[in-house]
Amino acid sequence: MENVARFEGRSRFRLSRGMILLIALAVVVVVWALNVKDWRQLWTIVSAPDNIPIAALLIVVPFFTWLGLRQSRANDQLIEQLASDPQLAKTHHRKTLPWRPGWARELHVWPYLVRIEFLAAVIVTVILFVWSILVNAPLEEPANPNLTMNPSKAPWYFLGLQEMLVYFDPWIAGVVMPSLLIIGLMVFPYVDSNPLGNGYYTWKQRKFAISMFLWGFFMWIILIIIGTFIRGPGWIWFWPGQTWDHNAVVFDRNRDLHEIVAGWGLPFLNAYPWKAIFGALVVGLIFLVGGLFFHWLMTRNDFEEKILARTSLLQYMTFQFFAVSVLFLFPVKLLLRLLFTIKYIWVTPWFNV
Amino acid sequence: MEPERPDGDGDGQQGLKVRGAGLIEKARGQAVALKERAEAEAKTYKDPQQTQLWKSIFRVSHDRSDPRNRSLAILSNVFLHLHPAKINRDATRYNFTWGMGGITFYLFIVLTFTGVLLMFYYHPVKVAAFRDIQYLEHDVPFGKLLRNMHRWAAHLMIITTWLHMFRVVLTGSYKRPREFNWCVGVVLLVLTMLLSFTGYLLPDDQLGFWAVTVGTNMARATPLLGHEGPFGPQLGMTPFNDVRFGLLGGSIVDANALLRSYIWHCIGIPLVASIFMAVHFWRIRKDGGISGPAPVMLESEMKAVKK
Repeated sequence: MENVARFEGRSRFRLSRGMILLIALAVVVVVWALNVKDWRQLWTIVSAPDNIPIAALLIVVPFFTWLGLRQSRANDQLIEQLASDPQLAKTHHRKTLPWRPGWARELHVWPYLVRIEFLAAVIVTVILFVWSILVNAPLEEPANPNLTMNPSKAPWYFLGLQEMLVYFDPWIAGVVMPSLLIIGLMVFPYVDSNPLGNGYYTWKQRKFAISMFLWGFFMWIILIIIGTFIRGPGWIWFWPGQTWDHNAVVFDRNRDLHEIVAGWGLPFLNAYPWKAIFGALVVGLIFLVGGLFFHWLMTRNDFEEKILARTSLLQYMTFQFFAVSVLFLFPVKLLLRLLFTIKYIWVTPWFNV
Repeated sequence: MEPERPDGDGDGQQGLKVRGAGLIEKARGQAVALKERAEAEAKTYKDPQQTQLWKSIFRVSHDRSDPRNRSLAILSNVFLHLHPAKINRDATRYNFTWGMGGITFYLFIVLTFTGVLLMFYYHPVKVAAFRDIQYLEHDVPFGKLLRNMHRWAAHLMIITTWLHMFRVVLTGSYKRPREFNWCVGVVLLVLTMLLSFTGYLLPDDQLGFWAVTVGTNMARATPLLGHEGPFGPQLGMTPFNDVRFGLLGGSIVDANALLRSYIWHCIGIPLVASIFMAVHFWRIRKDGGISGPAPVMLESEMKAVKK
């Protein structure tokens, strides 16, 4: 009787979280596929030789994210087990990988590492040869300054910057943002004051740092995907499956924020200096909200509080600056533009934000 | 030649014969000895590893796999000496490192190799550049393959660089003492993208021309240094003296821009990148080798911060 019950329990179909996610994804894909108007256009974009790396990114990035997080989960389980059993923590070798007493802790590089490197080199060479035999590098007409390519796109790895041009003036999108990105990446190790997770995959011990990086990394990749698959002639937003209509004109009623607010019965906002002061206040407010948001993330629980206590004021301020200006301001600006057709938040005679 | 005539005439012929036979005998004896010596020596050549030539090139025996020779195989090889002789037994796992750093370096080598070959067929001049690419595609033996490989390897290198960075973040490998090496890595990331970008213009086709036009147009807007950037005009910036002019060697993408990107692509950036790579690899060793897989640390084991 008991056996039967257990059997039934096991065979009952249960939806795991991953399954639900997959089904949801499948539904989205099917709904989208039913709405595709122009398969030929889609094929033209997807089959462009220079777009292969982006198609590869769509597969490779989720795969490696999964590979990393899978190892993180295994380590997190081990950490939980060791934390609840101090005796085991003293004797355990502290890895999820197999280990027996008497095994050498170190291996000779020759041949155990060198052979793997050799194998990797051979595999990469084979991939390159196959890729190069099957797909030709693109070569367009000779350069002609009198004939503008439409759309004229930057190389795919810089499409993120080109997409930013929609939301920011060139000096921010092309100069300030890239500099902030590079410097922000460089300061990353110096503002991460969490000593845990040095040299092993973990999620639970480093939720904050990892999610901040993933946020930036995925944002960058999503921008590239938008720039490749969505932006058509005139840099107009065409959903995948729509025809790239070279004559399309979009009547975006792009307005500045102060114009909208002035329309609410505050006409003095349309003139200097109030226009500029208003913009500065709003940008200040966005920085404040962003700062509070990240502060809330950093004080969410006891563990995060403990890490925050180890963070110096300089580290904290540096992190907040880069987090708000890159990770927060950008999505805010993107949504304001795409959803509310707001062009500038802050207008001055010298620059606009 | 006439043999030397001995004294006397009666038994002259006889003596000559005897002497001749002696000489032949002697010569034969020497020949046999020489042959034996040659055979004995040839026997030693059967094992090339015992020759002076071999030993001078490979200072270490590679056929015996005792620990000493395994270590020496790494330590005494210029290409492998960046490795330690021994590593953490788990560090050879592909799952941990994904092999992305090594593959990025390998791709750099592939790109250098194919790039040098391409340089034989390419002139960075407006009248020739585009034709050279067509020549490469249609006439040069394996020219198309060469160009394809150079392009796809470049794309792949950017992806592997990003994935390498991603892995380093997920394993916390940028943490003390490796913070500085992470910064060197960020510089290499930027250089990798710049290498690819400067190469984009070289075919001198519409794709490269407009991509570079779009890219360098952003430089117009550089604050202070660009003629359309904030406070640029106030500082006297025009299209003919700003930072974009410096990048392109002109106010439009033209012959000078082609030459400049060629030199940056083939000499300037690879040189700088090589130096940064040398530092990057050297620092890996100095910072204690590969970061893991390290034993996990518990929250209770965090040391108090030094005040």
